[in-house]
This record gives sequence, structure tokens and C-alpha cells, in this order.
Amino acid sequence: MADNIYGIMAEFDTPTEMVDAARMVRDAGYTKTDAFSPFPLHEIDEALGIKRSILPYLIFAGGITGLLTGLGLEYYVHVFDWQIIVGGRPAFSLPSFVPPAFEMTILFSAFIAVFGMLFLNGLPSPYHPVFNVPRFALATREKFFLIIESTDPKYDYAETRSFMEGLGAQEVFDVEE
Amino acid sequence: MQDAKELKQKLHPAMVEGDHTFASVSDKIGDVTLKRRTPFHWFIGFGLAFLVAQLLLFTIIWLVTKGIGIWGTNQPVGWAFPIINFVWWIGIGHAGTLISAILLLLNQKWRTSINRFAEAMTLFAVACAGLYPVFHTGRPWLAYWLFPYPNTMGIWPQFRSPLMWDVFAVSTYATVSLLFWYIGLIPDLATLRDRAKNKFFKFVYSIFSWGWRGSARHWHRYELAYLILAGISTPLVLSVHSIVSFDFSVSQIPGWHATFFPPYFVAGAIYAGFAMVLLLAIPLRRLYNMRDLITDTHLIYMGKVMLATGLIVAYAYVMEAYFGWYSGSQYEWFMIKNRIWDGPYWFFYWLLILCNGLSIQLLWFKRFRESEIWLFILSIIVSIGMWLERFVIIVTSLQRDYLPSSWAMYSPSVFDITMFVGTLGFFFSLFYLFVRFVPVISIFEVRTLLPQANVHGRQQDFDESVLEVEYTYDRTDPPNS
Repeated sequence: MADNIYGIMAEFDTPTEMVDAARMVRDAGYTKTDAFSPFPLHEIDEALGIKRSILPYLIFAGGITGLLTGLGLEYYVHVFDWQIIVGGRPAFSLPSFVPPAFEMTILFSAFIAVFGMLFLNGLPSPYHPVFNVPRFALATREKFFLIIESTDPKYDYAETRSFMEGLGAQEVFDVEE
Repeated sequence: MQDAKELKQKLHPAMVEGDHTFASVSDKIGDVTLKRRTPFHWFIGFGLAFLVAQLLLFTIIWLVTKGIGIWGTNQPVGWAFPIINFVWWIGIGHAGTLISAILLLLNQKWRTSINRFAEAMTLFAVACAGLYPVFHTGRPWLAYWLFPYPNTMGIWPQFRSPLMWDVFAVSTYATVSLLFWYIGLIPDLATLRDRAKNKFFKFVYSIFSWGWRGSARHWHRYELAYLILAGISTPLVLSVHSIVSFDFSVSQIPGWHATFFPPYFVAGAIYAGFAMVLLLAIPLRRLYNMRDLITDTHLIYMGKVMLATGLIVAYAYVMEAYFGWYSGSQYEWFMIKNRIWDGPYWFFYWLLILCNGLSIQLLWFKRFRESEIWLFILSIIVSIGMWLERFVIIVTSLQRDYLPSSWAMYSPSVFDITMFVGTLGFFFSLFYLFVRFVPVISIFEVRTLLPQANVHGRQQDFDESVLEVEYTYDRTDPPNS
């Protein structure tokens, strides 16, 4: 029974109950934990000790790449490859190069923001063990779930399960692999 | 305490009315797509819109067959209906991004229940806008020449041209709007996936929700990405209409060559866009019984934004005339006279002032602001007015410029009109499909508006604890009786 288990999951009715339980889980020393909610809960980051993502730095790098790509392209086209001098303006006429370079900055950072977020989240993941719990379908509707994974160093089936049952959860489930 | 509560209610009115729970909002919004029978009015509306969209198909086929000579566009009015309609549509799109991005950064909670369909409106409006320049090129199958790519002809686009900036701005805007709209949809599609009974729809929603499971770590990154997207969309949306205005202001035509065009155009875009959001929101909340989610407060706020942007636009009209006079340039002053009273199109100018400048003043009064019907009528008037604004700016500037021998009149051909009406049909067909297959209101964001979404529901706990103290006090006092 206990060897093909991905983790132990508890269901809660309100966000407050889950955040309180998450604090207790963290205080008990569990680290391989996760929470599931139908909308973003800011308090859970602190309660579970989730670190700030590196995503903003990636987006910044993406934006800089976009800017340099835009300016580089314009430089290559209008200075290096084929100069067309109109109205006595210099070949590298920076003010009129700003709009395309700016749009490229935005475009690249937007792509990194969306696909970087999905990539760091490990999505798409059509299968995940938590979906094996039938009631988990409510995680995208109204219920709140907390899980301790079996890979946690402190994990012990009987002990962890009784700990989870003591958190005031609605129900506690074994999540099968 | 009663007063304090009333004041709070006045300052922060509830954005979700009625006794809703997480489950009830999910079902109410999700069931429009999943469970409820497609209502009869949907078939009527979609059928009509789709029929009208055929005009667009017909016009485009004829246009590609014969060439753009079938339009009324002539010399000197070489930019006519296509660019008028392009600017009109793209301006409408701007309200969607304003609602989803700028109001998010400003922490305006009322954006939450209108952002989804406003963003959809943006996408469809940009799709309609994009058709015009592509077909105005005359050979739309070569439209990819607009993009810089290494080619055997050895030519590059001219990056110093505002028309090139437009290509970058509009294509970036379309892409980023799509990404922004889609990333907002992912958690809601997961909700639909978990609730769908139909195998086929469950499969489709599974694919498009990428296996979203609402993990706290995912939400954390999701919110960061969403906030940063809002942050970069804000300068983007302002840049797009600024660049559209550069198409005009960088040229040297009197009436176009003005430094105040970017803010003038951006304000006008938001003005027209809010009118369109109201035109969509009012029937939507009526037909789908969503008055508890798109509340009267939402409509009043949108009315106020319309009033504010309308006043900016009216100020721009006054300044435009003043600049023409104050410039001391005989060409500028002639253009103003020609536009306002001396020329053949004076009627359209005054109709524009009536629609955009005067009618909007009604919104100063509570009676009009709080009436659904009046807001709807005013939105139609403003949409017409904003279309006239582009007509006046474009046609009256071009038809009589520096050289009197090249002056001419402009009137649209029947194909100009069918193409415009056709894009209206195309827009509404897309919108009807959106209403049918995608949740029209962001479900997960509406959940966060509910009082029970607050962890330790701060204000509420406070109020209850105050009540409790009073209650205890009553019971225990006097202590020794």
C-alpha cells in the first residue's frame, strides 16, 4: 500500500484553514510540500516557504535581447548592408530606430513571460499523480488542497498521515503514483 | 460604525453582488459554455452577424480580383476608408488592454469582471484593423514583404518610416494581446476541463489548459508573469496608438503635422474603446443574466472613464483649431477654415463635435450615467463620433492641400461601405463564438473578489470582533448586579 504513494493530501474548505495548516506543515519540518487552490493565494508563499521565482530576471534578459535584436537589425540594414541617405540624416539615425527596437523589446519579454512561466512550471503536464484523487477536480472550483510528497525526508506513511489528519482537514487522501 | 460601513460601501462598492460562493461563480460563468443550452438569441445574433460578415468575404474576393480601384480612394485622397477604418478598429482595441493592464497596475478591482471580454474585443478589433492595410497594399499575397527578411531581391524595409513602425507596433500588439488573453484563460480552461462531461470538450479544454492544477508554486510564477505582462503592455498600448498617430504627424500635410497627435489619438482610442466595451457589456449582462457580476457600478465607472477621455478629446478639437490660427501658417489656417466652415465637409465636422464633444456632457449627470439605456445610446453615438473624427482628420486634410490644381472631392464607393459593414459582421461573429466557447468573465479572478477569499478576511474579522466585544460588554455589564 505505502510504496506506490506519491503523497498524502488533505482537503480544506476555506483558504484560511489551508494557510493555517500549511504553516503547521512547515513548522513540523516538511519541505516537499505543495498547495492547490482555485485562485492565487499570496499568504501561501510565506506559509510554505516558496522562494521568489527567477522569472523576472529571465524576462529582463529577454527584453534586453529584444532591444539588441531590434537595434542590431536596423544597424545591419541601414548602416552595414545598404545605406539609403534621405534628407541628410545619418545612416545610424537612432531616434527613428527607437519605435521598432522598443516593440521588439516588448515582444521578446512577453514571449519569455508566458513561455518562461509555463516552462518553469513544468507545463504542459497532461498527467500528474494528484489528478488520481477524484475530489481533486474541485481544486479548480472551490476546494483547497495541501500535499506532503513521499519524497520528503521526514515522510513516514503512518506518521505523516496521522499528522495530516490532525490538521483539521475535511478529508485526507492517499495520492497514488 | 454604521456610518463608517456606509462610507466604505460608497468608496469600495462590492464588485460581486448577491450571495456568491467559489462554486457558484464558477458554475454561473462556466455553465454558459458548458451546461446551459445555447440560447435562441445566440443563434439569431450569430446568424445575423455571420450573414453580414459575408459582405466582407464578397468585397475581398472582388477586391483581389479587380484591384483596389473599386474603392473610392483617389488622388489626392490616397488614404481614405481603409485607414479610417484601420484607425477606428485599432483604437477600439485599446480599451481592452487598458482595462486588463493599466487598471491592473492601478489596482482597480472593477477591471476583474470585465477584462476577459474586453481583451477578446481587443483581439477581434485588431484582426479587423489588420485587414485594411494588408488589402490596401493591393497585392495582399505579398504582404510578408513588410517584414525584414533576407531575400533574393536584396531589399530591406525602411526602418525610418512610420509605416514600418506601424507594422512592428501592430503585429507586436496583436501578439502580446493574444498572449495576455490566453495566459489569463489557462486556469479557467482548467476549471472547465474538470467540470466538462462531454468527452470531446474535456479533451479540448485539457489540451488548452496545459495540465494546469493550481499548485501554489505555479500560481506564484503565474502572478509574476501576469503582472510583468501588464507592466509591459502598458507602454505597449500607449506606443501603438502613438505610432499610429505618427503615420499622420510625421508627414507634412496641414492638419496632420502636429506634435499633440499621440496623446490626442491615445485618448480618442480609449474613448472609442470604452464605448465598445459598454456596447458589448450591456447586452451581455442582460442576455446572460450577469448583473451580479457586471454590476451597475461597473457601468458607472466605464461611463466616467468615457467622460474623462471624451473631455480630453474635446480639448484636442479646440486646441487643433487654435494651433491652426496661432501657427501663422496660411496652409494650416486654410485647412482649419476648410475643415470647420468653409469647405465641403463642414457638416461632418459639426456632426463630429455633436457626437464626441457635446453628447458626452450628459454623463456629468447621475441620471444618464446610471441608466443602462442612456449609456448604450451614448456609446453608439461615441462610436459614430470617433469614426467621424478619423474621417474628418484624413479626408479634409488631404482633399485640399498645397496645390489647388490637385484638389478633389472624396466619396466612398459601395465597396468601401460593404467592406466596413463586413468587418462589423466579422467582429460580432467572432465575439459570438467567443461567448459560446470561452468563459466570458475571468472565473478565477472573480473568486478573489469574494469576501471568503481573504485569508483571515481582515476587515470582516475586524467588524465581527468589534461586534463580539460590544456583545460581551452588554452581557457582562454591570458586572456585579
